[in-house]
Amino acid sequence: MSNAAMPGLLARLFRHAGPAVASVSTLILGWEAYVQLSGISSTALPAPSRIIAQGFEQRQALVRHSLATLQATTFGFASSLTAAFVFSVLIDFFRPLRRALFPVFIITQTLPLIAIAPLVVLWFGFGLTPKVVLVALVTFFPMLVALAQGYEATDRNIAALLASMGASRWRIFVMARLPSALPYFFAGLRISVTYAVVGAIFAEYAGAARGLGIYILNAKKNFRPDLVLAAVLVSATLTLLLFGATLLLQRAAMPWARLTEARP
Amino acid sequence: MSPARLDVRNLRKSFGPTDVLADVSLSVQPGEFVSILGPSGAGKSTILQLLTGATTPDAGKMLLDGQPLKPAQHRFAFMPQGDALMPWRRIIDNTTLGLEIQGVSRQAARAKVAPLFGEFGLAGFENHYPAQLSGGMRQRAALLRTVVQQRPMLLLDEPFGALDALTRTQMQRWLADMWTCQRWTVLLITHDVREAVLLSDRIYVLSARPANVAHQFQVPLEHPRQCVGSPALAAIEAEILLTLLNPED
Repeated sequence: MSNAAMPGLLARLFRHAGPAVASVSTLILGWEAYVQLSGISSTALPAPSRIIAQGFEQRQALVRHSLATLQATTFGFASSLTAAFVFSVLIDFFRPLRRALFPVFIITQTLPLIAIAPLVVLWFGFGLTPKVVLVALVTFFPMLVALAQGYEATDRNIAALLASMGASRWRIFVMARLPSALPYFFAGLRISVTYAVVGAIFAEYAGAARGLGIYILNAKKNFRPDLVLAAVLVSATLTLLLFGATLLLQRAAMPWARLTEARP
Repeated sequence: MSPARLDVRNLRKSFGPTDVLADVSLSVQPGEFVSILGPSGAGKSTILQLLTGATTPDAGKMLLDGQPLKPAQHRFAFMPQGDALMPWRRIIDNTTLGLEIQGVSRQAARAKVAPLFGEFGLAGFENHYPAQLSGGMRQRAALLRTVVQQRPMLLLDEPFGALDALTRTQMQRWLADMWTCQRWTVLLITHDVREAVLLSDRIYVLSARPANVAHQFQVPLEHPRQCVGSPALAAIEAEILLTLLNPED
């Protein structure tokens, strides 16, 4: 990125983010003021300032647990992305497979996480595996649907053109259907990445050696809502960072998408 | 006499219960510009689908240079409706698409296409994305992608249908000039009578669905033609329009 583009980018960022920053800070200031003025006990409702101070004090533990959650999120998400891609290709090439598998996938989406999480922990122990399984379970289907829908969005004329040129079905898939699915893929990615963090924390809450979920559970048992909220703050930050990463990834992967009809 | 470049005889096609083509016969000589005109939904595009092998005829023959067309031969350079440029490919990579699929290396394909950018009014836009080009430029890029495949014949499916009237007229004049120099063998599908008259040596007019060839017109005028205000062109245009508007006569 050139230096000349920076001020423009910052100005745009401010224009976009300004209202959100204003609303969030108003909320936090109101919260802080209420706690200070009402004299409510910090074990019932801790002030934002206390959450941040206590969170900072506990930063080593928070970082350690966050890394465990991040690891589970990335591993689980990576495996669900791989699986979703493989199945989306299979389904695209063999239509009957779609009718056979979609009901199964839909059923996996109807399973209540609250019932499934303890079972998965029971089966796979307190390590990384149950978290990866749960994250994959909640993110697989949205990604599969996004990809399948994206392939269908291919311009018929482009497919007809490639066929007239003698392109094989696989070539048409790689050259036309796959790039056509990119916007859908990234839309799915943005939604799924938020599910992924929640899924990991849920798995940890049901039982884990390390992770934000188990940290939250312990803080709650010790009547420390300030630390519960500090962990929530960390997990929200984590999700936002991952969300931002998908946006950056999309910009890098689809440079043409930012070009509006800026004609010469 | 040498065989026609394209000879189509008694083509019939239905999709389910819908008869689209009843009996269509037409021919195109080498170096000839032939248009097919017809009402919307008459099955004009179906003829191109049959030629490109996207679908198979129920009956009839399709001969190219006297030889029956086999599926998966891909002997035509096809330009679909709209421009069908890939938004994710730069213009140069869109124009090399056909060569790439023929197995030409990307570098060799670029070297072959690059010198033509000037002639097609695209010089300096090689590395732009389609979204950065005007409608007329996109159509020229699509036509460049079509002709560099060096197939024996071009099939153009309503190439200028999506353009505004002024750009369309400019593109028709440009194509007329290009064709006068290059003398490609062309089969053009259009519903624009003026476009057909300006560009074609011969025009087939299809009936409403199920289609057969209702009329055939010669345009016995030298190329390039004066595109605005020529009385001879206007007379043929009026005649064709009347047959289209009064199909039962």
